[in-house]
Amino acid sequence: MSEMENMPKLFGLVARFESPEALYEAARKTCAEGYTKTDGHSPFPVHGLAEALGMKRSKLSAIVLVAGITGALGGLALQYWVSAIAYPLNVGGRPYFSWPIFIPIIFECMILLAGLSSMFFMLGLNGLPQPYHPVFNTPDFERASNDGFFLSIEAEDPKYDGASTRAFLKAAGAVEVHEVSG
Amino acid sequence: MANEPIDRPSVLGEVSPVIAPGQTYETVGASVADVVLSGHVPKQWYIATAVGFMGVGCLMMSITWLLLNGVGVWGLNIPVAWGFAIINFVWWIGIGHAGTLISAILFLFKQQWRTAINRFAEAMTLFAVACAGMFPLLHLGRPWVFYWLMPYPNTMGLWPQFRSPLIWDVFAVTTYLIISLVFWFTGLIPDLATMRDRAKTKVARTVFGIFALGWRGSARHWHRYEIAYLLLAGLSTPLVVSVHSVVSLDFAISLVPGWHTTIFPPYFVAGAIYAGFAMVLTFMIPVRKWYNLEHIITDRHIDNMAKIMLATGLIVVYGYLTEAFFGYYSGALYEEAVMKNRYFGPYAFQYWLLIICNGIIPQLLWLRRIRMNAVILWLITLVVGVGMWLERFVIVVQSLHRDYMPSSWDMYAGTKWDWMLYIGTIGFFLFAMCIFMRWVPMISIFEIREIVHKKSQEDDN
Repeated sequence: MSEMENMPKLFGLVARFESPEALYEAARKTCAEGYTKTDGHSPFPVHGLAEALGMKRSKLSAIVLVAGITGALGGLALQYWVSAIAYPLNVGGRPYFSWPIFIPIIFECMILLAGLSSMFFMLGLNGLPQPYHPVFNTPDFERASNDGFFLSIEAEDPKYDGASTRAFLKAAGAVEVHEVSG
Repeated sequence: MANEPIDRPSVLGEVSPVIAPGQTYETVGASVADVVLSGHVPKQWYIATAVGFMGVGCLMMSITWLLLNGVGVWGLNIPVAWGFAIINFVWWIGIGHAGTLISAILFLFKQQWRTAINRFAEAMTLFAVACAGMFPLLHLGRPWVFYWLMPYPNTMGLWPQFRSPLIWDVFAVTTYLIISLVFWFTGLIPDLATMRDRAKTKVARTVFGIFALGWRGSARHWHRYEIAYLLLAGLSTPLVVSVHSVVSLDFAISLVPGWHTTIFPPYFVAGAIYAGFAMVLTFMIPVRKWYNLEHIITDRHIDNMAKIMLATGLIVVYGYLTEAFFGYYSGALYEEAVMKNRYFGPYAFQYWLLIICNGIIPQLLWLRRIRMNAVILWLITLVVGVGMWLERFVIVVQSLHRDYMPSSWDMYAGTKWDWMLYIGTIGFFLFAMCIFMRWVPMISIFEIREIVHKKSQEDDN
């Protein structure tokens, strides 16, 4: 990343661990120690890592449920309005609001909205796309998408203290710890 | 399923593992990413791409000719107004369904072996749906006003007829295409980040970097990501069933003899999966050899896919028997006539060829020796592809060419433009798959790494 005009701001400490298990253990200790502005970085999902860092279950499923219901009601409303109000066609004397035959499109609209919101709200809640993040300045951070398991503690964390946090990470089993700014 | 891993090799004889032993996070990344990044391209890729590109040319030519002259260049007429366009539409969309089945349904069933093939199969879904979509659009006659199918306020004061399964098709196929794309791209994001981080040139790093959206493997991101992926799998599963059911309702809701049966939705869905798995194998068997990926796409994958083909093939055969039974048991003159026409009429040759292709030859898959023989298995997948095409031909043409009124009976055959358009879409599909293999990681790297991780845990215990 390009150099900043001003002095780069301190981001925090980023530690690398040897394995997903080591990262998970360290995350639990970090949370127990009272650190809150923390994050893990791994090439594949490490089960329970986010929870170990103190994250609550995401609202994503609830959002998608609402989106799905909205899609279904929207599909029904569209078909009702078109078939019964805007363009009523008498087909063999059947009612204009012949809801059973609207089910396939209601279903498709539900899936469409729920599916789109699964991806877009996942990205949105994750703050992606985000082209720049200070953690990318960590040496060898390419390994976070290959075979490296990282834990970051931000300088903004109230418990953060350069020397003692570094010692804590070392004690938690970090292979290397870097001070990262950006 | 018990939670403790069963030592399958010792229980069932020599079943290959889901992943070859000795793989690490790094070797997995290297095997998959280097296909794209190393710059080494097998010569078969050039041949396949060239053949595909010729097919694209053929497609362009036939579309141009069609637009210049209208659908009259096809063999369509009354009574067979649904010829190749619908046959090919159903064939292609069915092929796409294997991708969603592998990526969504097998994911929900926690089938580890799906992981090495899901990305590839999902890409097939996308391109197959694109091929499928071309046919009804071109069949419109005036494809440039295709958007009239969408419900939007217009100066003509017209709205679509929501009671028609053809409009359901528009919604189902559009939704299917969009959701398949979303599912595929969501699965790709972490791998694009891997590609970005492994890329050696600035261009590759920038391009993969843009599409990776700044993914940094954050634990909080993974948490939401896994929820989203599970939701997408859960949504795609009923979607895939609904899409081919809706396609089958195009037929079943009509009153044409031979079409108006309740077996159609399940029978179509099974046929779709059958054809789709055949197509996945048609591609997978050569591709894993070209790119030396046998340690990730093992014999286990090939074996399992062949078994699924066998199972869905039997469901399809059951569908054929049910159709015959419906014809007989209905006691309706026209239904009986359609069945007699099917077995002994002018298109009986196509029907019995279909039975040989779909019903008889695939029974060879009961034999383990056949499933393990790459060449024979590959040939069987081609036979199934042909068989499933013939099935749609039989359904579309045989019912239409002799319906209620003998005075309007007629024979149907595709013209050279029908064939060229069809071959053109096959070329387009091949070309698109080659482009995908060349520039996108064709195996889900992060999911294979999860398997490596699970295996290492199992080994530790």
